[in-house]
Amino acid sequence: MNETVVNAIALLAVAVAAHAAWHTLRDAPFSNPLFYSVAALEVALLGLLIGGSVALGRTDRDVDGVLLVSYLVTIVVIPPAAVLWGIAEKSRWGTGVVVVAMLTTAVLCVRVEQIWDAVRV
Amino acid sequence: MSERASTAHGFGRALVAVYAVFAVAASARSIFQLITKADEAPFAYALSAVAGVVYVVATYALATDHRRLATATIGFELVGVLTVGVLSLADESLFPDQTVWSDFGSGYGYVPLVLPFVGLWWLLRSRGGHD
Repeated sequence: MNETVVNAIALLAVAVAAHAAWHTLRDAPFSNPLFYSVAALEVALLGLLIGGSVALGRTDRDVDGVLLVSYLVTIVVIPPAAVLWGIAEKSRWGTGVVVVAMLTTAVLCVRVEQIWDAVRV
Repeated sequence: MSERASTAHGFGRALVAVYAVFAVAASARSIFQLITKADEAPFAYALSAVAGVVYVVATYALATDHRRLATATIGFELVGVLTVGVLSLADESLFPDQTVWSDFGSGYGYVPLVLPFVGLWWLLRSRGGHD
């Protein structure tokens, strides 16, 4: 699994978090552009799930496969859940939920890298 | 607004989201630890499990506006993170492996240390008539 790609996805998640935080600060409702940012990230995360699973099948490193795949699946589930839950909240904190979710996604990407590198944390 | 705001709305929505993340993170970690290597550090892993349950209950209580339960679990969480934080610094051999609460939650960006304070503040804040 390519570290640059995972780092890029983590940075993308941070960028989407900033985008959502901008909505939260301005008390703006959940907007279409924000939806598209989250959707773009989701596509990247699906790619990571597929790419990561393929890489896991090919590698001969000592990677904890169950742990890795459970992380990859969790990451894919988070953004849609956050969007659904965020839209249901009409106050500014609806997008606050998205901020939390995106930061979580970024952290999980970093953890995925550590698991791939077989770093014991 | 009604005179007593629900703990699950407004800022509470974001707070519940953070609690949900920790509920999943701590429980998943402890289940994984207990299944794969329970004998390595039973005390640390049992503690991870307790922390997981505390976060799950706190998430449920905040999301459903169960104030008493929320106060109790978040209070327990505060005591837990402080006690384990001190213990893990004082005697490293107690915690050969990480838990959410060791070193005051440094492995999780100290969020576990800040979270109970924010939680209790929110419970107080949403109790009165302001907001």
